[in-house]
Amino acid sequence: MKNYNVNEKGYYGEFGGAYIPEMLYPNVEELRQNYLKVMAEPEFQKEFDQLLKDYVGRPSPLYFAKRLSEKYNTKIYLKREDLNHTGAHKINNTIGQILMAKRLGKHRIIAETGAGQHGVATATVCALMGLECIVYMGEIDIKRQAPNVARMKMLGATVVPALSGSRTLKDATNEAIRDWINNPVDTHYIIGSAIGPHPYPDMVTKFQSVISEEIKWQLKEQEGRENPDYVVACIGGGSNAAGTYYHFLHETDVNIIAVEAAGLGVDSGESAATSVLGKEGIIHGCKTLLMQTNDGQITEPYSISAGLDYPGVGPMHAHLCKTGRAEFMAITDDEAMKAGLKLCELEGIIPAIESSHALAIFEQKSFKPDDVVVLSLSGRGDKDLENYIDYFKI
Amino acid sequence: MNRINQKLKEDKKLLSIYFTAGYPDINDTASIIKDLEKNGVDMIEIGLPFSDPLADGPTIQASSTQALKNGMTTEVLFEQLKDIRQSVNIPLIIMGYFNPMFQYGVEAFCKKCQEIGIDGLIIPDLPVDVYHEKYQPIFEKYGLINVFLITPQTSNDRIRYIDSISNGFIYMVSSASTTGAKVGFGEEQTQYFERIGSMNLNNPQIVGFGISNNQTFTQATTYAKGAIIGSAFVKHITNEGISKIGNFVSSILNHE
Repeated sequence: MKNYNVNEKGYYGEFGGAYIPEMLYPNVEELRQNYLKVMAEPEFQKEFDQLLKDYVGRPSPLYFAKRLSEKYNTKIYLKREDLNHTGAHKINNTIGQILMAKRLGKHRIIAETGAGQHGVATATVCALMGLECIVYMGEIDIKRQAPNVARMKMLGATVVPALSGSRTLKDATNEAIRDWINNPVDTHYIIGSAIGPHPYPDMVTKFQSVISEEIKWQLKEQEGRENPDYVVACIGGGSNAAGTYYHFLHETDVNIIAVEAAGLGVDSGESAATSVLGKEGIIHGCKTLLMQTNDGQITEPYSISAGLDYPGVGPMHAHLCKTGRAEFMAITDDEAMKAGLKLCELEGIIPAIESSHALAIFEQKSFKPDDVVVLSLSGRGDKDLENYIDYFKI
Repeated sequence: MNRINQKLKEDKKLLSIYFTAGYPDINDTASIIKDLEKNGVDMIEIGLPFSDPLADGPTIQASSTQALKNGMTTEVLFEQLKDIRQSVNIPLIIMGYFNPMFQYGVEAFCKKCQEIGIDGLIIPDLPVDVYHEKYQPIFEKYGLINVFLITPQTSNDRIRYIDSISNGFIYMVSSASTTGAKVGFGEEQTQYFERIGSMNLNNPQIVGFGISNNQTFTQATTYAKGAIIGSAFVKHITNEGISKIGNFVSSILNHE
């Protein structure tokens, strides 16, 4: 059977690696040499598990969505990451990385953020640990996401506008990397997705893998079996997806579905469907699939969902796509918004627009009545109210 | 012999200048190169602009963004340089990020460089081990010298490893920073320059980052074979245009 995990050199098949300037080598190498060792320490695990339980509120429920299941004539379970502290899966990773940073003796934390969810999750754990926090955010995103900017500030973080390039997530990531180049000794960079140079994709995946670990025993309790027929998650960089898939990657009876943002349509020129529109290339320190010009310049994606508005996917997902292990689907803005509203009506849950993309697949794809489909509801929709209001003229 | 190796044999301290191709105007590339050589610059790094230059500070970022807006591409650059060897003799190096080269095809890129008369490449985000495992034979086939960076944080073991894979010079980044972030040298840099000097490496070192005037050029070349100026030159042509390149070079070499 194929290996879908990272190999000893930091690659998933041909994707991954650490394509970084020499200035970053000592930082990344320090992390590479230590991350597995630190994560294996019983004390680390104990502290991580304790915080996930008492602070984040895990385990998150695996909820059988009865009315949604009736509508689509199949068995749909929602993994309720939206109920985590700070409202999304992002905090699983920031808890893990802040503990890692402390073990490595770092006292200054930097992060990038697009919509602000990862920024808030990072500012939260920095407040929890009393560490300095600097969050880079595209100037345009700062204007679009004022409530999250305020949250980060209340939590004590400094929010620095990224003024370069297109002034969105990819540029915020560039600025965070540049900060790390300029502060190589005392700073840890908490990357928010399963991207970046090795070992980041693997480390983030492992911290997020608590999602699929819980699904296994929760499904066993409810369905009498650990493995669903399908696991479904939306993908921007792909951290919630990586965590949702992780314990099922090598379970051949589990089908994996990855849902990308098609924006205004895959062929519209305004899309973030990297698996269709992307080619192999290097972005933010790893080789993966990314949207770019023929000349190798990275292009701006588009999605109504800021969390899926990234021109690449994590290298693990590029490998899952290339090997055919995962089925990739693309959902437009309109399809996602309608699916989000449908979940409100049928289940009384307002989902993040990112998660709404995953929910929209039931309009495109039929499942058998006895199929068990587990879908990661990666975040709650509070942050998106303004978008929903504008869209539906509420 | 490669022009870079020949140049390194000369009994003088070398001044290398970086500029972004296609900036300030799309068609300035060749004339900037000729003007730099005419004014006594020893080596030139031609920057192939990239949308996401991770290791660069605001000055070079802005010049790259503008160059791309001006229409600079890999193809355009090669076209602009195709006759450059009819008039220019000093070593020419292309400096750029890996993705545009990867999309062009590494072998096709190297082949084109050889045809034009490019002597070497500097690719900050192509790690030395990936180069060594995958691309070294291609670079060698086309007679290209690949230049690697070291920083004050690079361990002695890794410097030895990089030295063993290099066949031209080592690009000694003066401080942990992006380009143009810091100006001037302190005690820390002096100690670092001395430490590297005492390692007796096979490849000479050329210092980059933080050099902007005669004083910093002199300081850097006290310990190293030469120095590279990037952001300060890009700033100069941003402010003064390309007609006063001679003044800039003179001010560095102090030929007032």
